[in-house]
Amino acid sequence: MPVPAPRPLLPSGLKLLNWFLAGWTTLVFIFLYVPIAVLIVYSFNSSRLNIVWEEFTLTWYGKLLENKPLILAAKNSLVIAGASTVLSVILGTVGAWLLHRYRFRMARGIQTLVAIPMVMPEILMGISLLILFATAGMRLGFTTVIIGHVTFCFPFVLVAVQARLQGLDPALEEAALDLGATPLKAFWFVIVPSLRPAIIAGALMAFTLSMDELIVTFFIRSAASVTLPIQVYGLARVGLNPMLNALSAIFLLATVAFVLFSAYLKKLSPR
Amino acid sequence: MSTTPLAMIEIRAVTKRFGRFAAVDRVSLTVRAGEFITLLGPSGCGKTTLLRLLAGFETPDEGQILLDGMEVSHLPPYRRNVNQVFQSYALFPHLTVRENVGFGLRMKNVPAADAGPRIRDALAMVSLDEMADRFPHQLSGGQRQRVALARAIVCRPKVLLLDEPLSALDAKLRHTMQLELKHLHKKLGLTFVFVTHDQEEALTMSDRIAVINRGQIEQLGDASEIYHKPRTAFAADFIGQANLLNVTVTGRNGTTARVRLDNGLELTVAAAGLPATAKSALVSIRPEKICISKQRMDSENVFAAHIEEEIFRGATDQLRLVTEQGTKLNALVANESAMQEAFHEGDRVWCGLHLDDVVIVQTD
Repeated sequence: MPVPAPRPLLPSGLKLLNWFLAGWTTLVFIFLYVPIAVLIVYSFNSSRLNIVWEEFTLTWYGKLLENKPLILAAKNSLVIAGASTVLSVILGTVGAWLLHRYRFRMARGIQTLVAIPMVMPEILMGISLLILFATAGMRLGFTTVIIGHVTFCFPFVLVAVQARLQGLDPALEEAALDLGATPLKAFWFVIVPSLRPAIIAGALMAFTLSMDELIVTFFIRSAASVTLPIQVYGLARVGLNPMLNALSAIFLLATVAFVLFSAYLKKLSPR
Repeated sequence: MSTTPLAMIEIRAVTKRFGRFAAVDRVSLTVRAGEFITLLGPSGCGKTTLLRLLAGFETPDEGQILLDGMEVSHLPPYRRNVNQVFQSYALFPHLTVRENVGFGLRMKNVPAADAGPRIRDALAMVSLDEMADRFPHQLSGGQRQRVALARAIVCRPKVLLLDEPLSALDAKLRHTMQLELKHLHKKLGLTFVFVTHDQEEALTMSDRIAVINRGQIEQLGDASEIYHKPRTAFAADFIGQANLLNVTVTGRNGTTARVRLDNGLELTVAAAGLPATAKSALVSIRPEKICISKQRMDSENVFAAHIEEEIFRGATDQLRLVTEQGTKLNALVANESAMQEAFHEGDRVWCGLHLDDVVIVQTD
């Protein structure tokens, strides 16, 4: 393996600039992370107010677990995000493979159409999906929320997988066919494993997007399919509450664990 | 002809077009069982397309391909009993060496009890027994090459297709692998179809060589025939080095004929390759066939020349000769030892040429 040449030290004449840059960087990190740190600290505060520190407590975490609607909303969110992720991974991966492997009319047009939900204003997505479901006579509920989430989640999987496919040796599929695999088996046993890092990255993206989506969901949910962001939004409108701080702290912990886990998976897969 | 060994591959007037361009143009070729045949030509000549037609990655627009007597022209690759070694090796990066080699057996549902020993044998055949649990990215180029070979032979194909498998290796390793491939061919008794643009590789390894140019087979023959008796200007020029010269026929005398080069030098050639009506021709002279000496020699064709340039090439010396008439010729002599005459730039020398070494490659 080639060893990269050591990068040169900053010339001493630039020391002042160096200090300036260090200060700037520190400020940026403070701006990014101090609010989060404050949020976590105040989740352990016994006062109802987010401004005065009284004493350490775990009450808010206990209250959180007793709040039935919130727990239910969290469960709903996990179910919806899980289902949307699985569907997005299947649609995104197969779609990327078909667009990459086969030539057909309008391939470029399809490519553009697929990318549009990624940049479309969420409010537009929400309204148009609501109109669609109403026209189709579908009752709002889990199904409509999952369909809605898949429409804007799967393009992220597709784009990630497409990028990986660009760098894949086209002879891999031929080698599989040559060794007796049907095109379907070649896709499953050779192409999919080679795409694993991209599929994982896309899945994480899809899961995160679905988990914190508010606006689209707002239009196409039913009372039974309330998600966590919608529930939290409802609570926040009534007034900020350290319980929400506790919830955010748990969320943050889960996210960090998630990222570390995916980094670990990436390390496991060869190349 | 009645005792022709079994034909393993029969290509009958096959044409493959991409758009309006015929990559393979009415090619017919019969390959015997157990033969090592090389498809040799420059890039873009159609040799790889021909190989892909055999593998089943392309289907012919016209003509037929028979494999061991059975027509396979339109069968997909996974239904043909041929296996290929790819130029990029195309090893599956997520599988170990053992799993890579076993992939074909797994796809054919060979039971594990049978597959295990076969994988072991195949790995032993390419001396990679100890690498079975490594991943491709942990291997050197030469080792990957061997895995690709083992993976292709473990399925016991009727024909092994090799698409420039040595082009990514350094020169030294390439020579070792050339010999190993040749030995493997002998040991397995398989039919090998080898594609290369490297004429030296083709000459070293093959039973027969098909010289391919512009989608057609220009010449088919064994290495010595292809080298010594090129039938077209392309074949003469592409394989080894050649002095290609335009000549006019000036006279015939039984089995020999006299020809004159553009600027006056006259040579005697064998009349066999020269049709009775031919007025002019193109001849090929291999540089090493020109015999050089300070003394005038006794030969059909003797002429004087001086050495314009001497190029040191290691084992040989390349001499650029200019004859008294002004014809420029390339000659190749063994690098001088103290026991032999030495030739240097500016020397005047005598050149001798046997009439069989002036090969007629084209006539008008």
